[in-house]
Amino acid sequence: MSDIVVAWSPDEYGRAALTHAVAEARLRGHGIVVVNATRGDALVDDRFASDDDLRGVRAGLDEAGLTYDVRQSVGADVGDQVLAVAAEVDADLIVLGLRRRTPVGKLIMGSVAQRILLGAHCPVLAVKPA
Amino acid sequence: MGDLDLLLNGLQSAATPENLMYAAIGVLLGTFVGVLPGIGPAMAVALLLPVTYSLEPTSAFIMFAGIYYGGMYGGSTTSILLNTPGESASVMTALEGNKMAKAGRAAQALATAAIGSFIAGTIGTLLVAFFAPKLAEFAVTIGAPSYFAILLFALVMTTTLLGSSKVRGFLALFLGLTIGLVGLDLNTGQARLSLGLAQLRDPLEIVAVAVGIFALGEAFWVAAHLRRKPLQVIPVGRPWMGREDWGRSWKPWLRGTAYGFPFGAIPAGGAEIPTFLSYVTERRLSRHSDEFGKGAIEGVAGPEAANNASAAGMFVPLLAMGIPVTATASVMLAALTSYGIQPGPQLMTEQSDLVWTLLASLLIGNTLLLVLNLPLAPLWAKLLRIPRPQLYAGILFFACLGAFAANQDAFDIFLLLVFGLLGLAMRRFGLPVLPLILGVILGPIMELKLREALTISDGDLSGLWSEPLGVAVYILTALVVVVPIVLKRVRPGMDTPAAEVAHARAEEESEQDDAKDEKRVQR
Repeated sequence: MSDIVVAWSPDEYGRAALTHAVAEARLRGHGIVVVNATRGDALVDDRFASDDDLRGVRAGLDEAGLTYDVRQSVGADVGDQVLAVAAEVDADLIVLGLRRRTPVGKLIMGSVAQRILLGAHCPVLAVKPA
Repeated sequence: MGDLDLLLNGLQSAATPENLMYAAIGVLLGTFVGVLPGIGPAMAVALLLPVTYSLEPTSAFIMFAGIYYGGMYGGSTTSILLNTPGESASVMTALEGNKMAKAGRAAQALATAAIGSFIAGTIGTLLVAFFAPKLAEFAVTIGAPSYFAILLFALVMTTTLLGSSKVRGFLALFLGLTIGLVGLDLNTGQARLSLGLAQLRDPLEIVAVAVGIFALGEAFWVAAHLRRKPLQVIPVGRPWMGREDWGRSWKPWLRGTAYGFPFGAIPAGGAEIPTFLSYVTERRLSRHSDEFGKGAIEGVAGPEAANNASAAGMFVPLLAMGIPVTATASVMLAALTSYGIQPGPQLMTEQSDLVWTLLASLLIGNTLLLVLNLPLAPLWAKLLRIPRPQLYAGILFFACLGAFAANQDAFDIFLLLVFGLLGLAMRRFGLPVLPLILGVILGPIMELKLREALTISDGDLSGLWSEPLGVAVYILTALVVVVPIVLKRVRPGMDTPAAEVAHARAEEESEQDDAKDEKRVQR
């Protein structure tokens, strides 16, 4: 059975993505693979979930009664890590949260969302926090 | 008292707006490098050396002193919030401090560390102002043979007492001594270890060696281990303490100071032993000894005070005798020399303005640290989010710039690279860096004294033990080496700082393993 892959981080964007992914998974009767990735090049990364965060996600997914898998990984590019998982589980859909980026931010930083949109072999659902 | 007048004069000249600015820059920069594990005050001072060539020596030293104290303080922040002690001196702080932070008492842990550092630093600096002139007066009368013996003592002490392996320590020391040999022989003018290169006929540029080992070595090491699982930083607001915390902290602060200062002041090197002693004492004396291992405030207050008191104490041998016992102090000594100031017992009299302004600025820097750091703690914690590639790119840039600026010779960049690779190799094989730097800097001074002593005795080796002080120091040195070995034989299983820490860490890890097992079961 193919799954829905969620690019998740412990913040409002991750939460929005997860909410939509859960809704979509119920609709289709699919499982969910939650991916939490980091570049691991800073001592501290707020978007890398702590054990408490992960426990919260698992509890939420248990409650929703879905089959799920939660993965954390460290690698050169966050987008590539999500794509790798999507390819591995032969995903039907990738769900990700979009954050607002300033013009200067766009100049300096890359975009995980863009990388996933361009590289994915399946439909991508991009959501914004309410 | 004359010394007090001199100190007040020093305060007056240190309190100029310009010098206050350098003190503030130093303190901020020091905290910056102290917070980030891997880069420390020694690296910062080495990187800044070339920048300060155009400054007054006094201003430069005020800044260096600020970096030194700031680095100490910053290190404690990281130990408490992240449980990654940047240096051996803050290992003990991490032990209790991180537990406190995990229990939601990070603000109190940071506060007791900051205030304890301030108190210990201030008392320590006043003690330096009291002891250093006395010691210098005495040190002027010491002859070359005894001086050589004391230098040997300092090297042996720092090498054997620090770190887990004596063999590695001595290996690093001899590497350093060898590097210190490069250049022309002072008496005969023969080129030593110059490999036929004209650039190696002069002694090696100390900036190239220090920056190579500290900055490039660390950058290579980080590049080799670029991606690591991020750590969980414990969020913290503004540090503060309640009444009970004050009550439980002030005695450990004073006891820690009493442990730390003497260990810094005798050329025995390092804050590892006094912080350990302080920790053990507090655990024994505390009325809340059951809290130890779960986050007892005494276990942060004592070691942190000991750490800073020994940091202050190290100025005694540095100023009075020209003997550095920490990496930062040895780079500072190199800085003195590059300003054309001869370090040694005569420093206190010949450069008394510099010395007293420096001591006064230590007091000012300490106060600045307290004022700046208590409200800024959350900001410092943010520094940990800087990605390594950006951070180390900046460091490499300054490193190359500094090495090139000294002589404007591309050869120095090459040297920098060579020492950077040496630094990487040392980190890879677990060689401590401090003995190497001490060897490079003290080696030539030792050689000078040795030559002097041998010239006096007309080449007769017995001239080396012709002075009673020298003989006493040799005996002490021998005891330092032999006694621990004998003790180990007689009483196996005796706790050494390293063993204690390893024990505590192992316990912690087994706890984590337990937690992991639980998780597995849940799945």
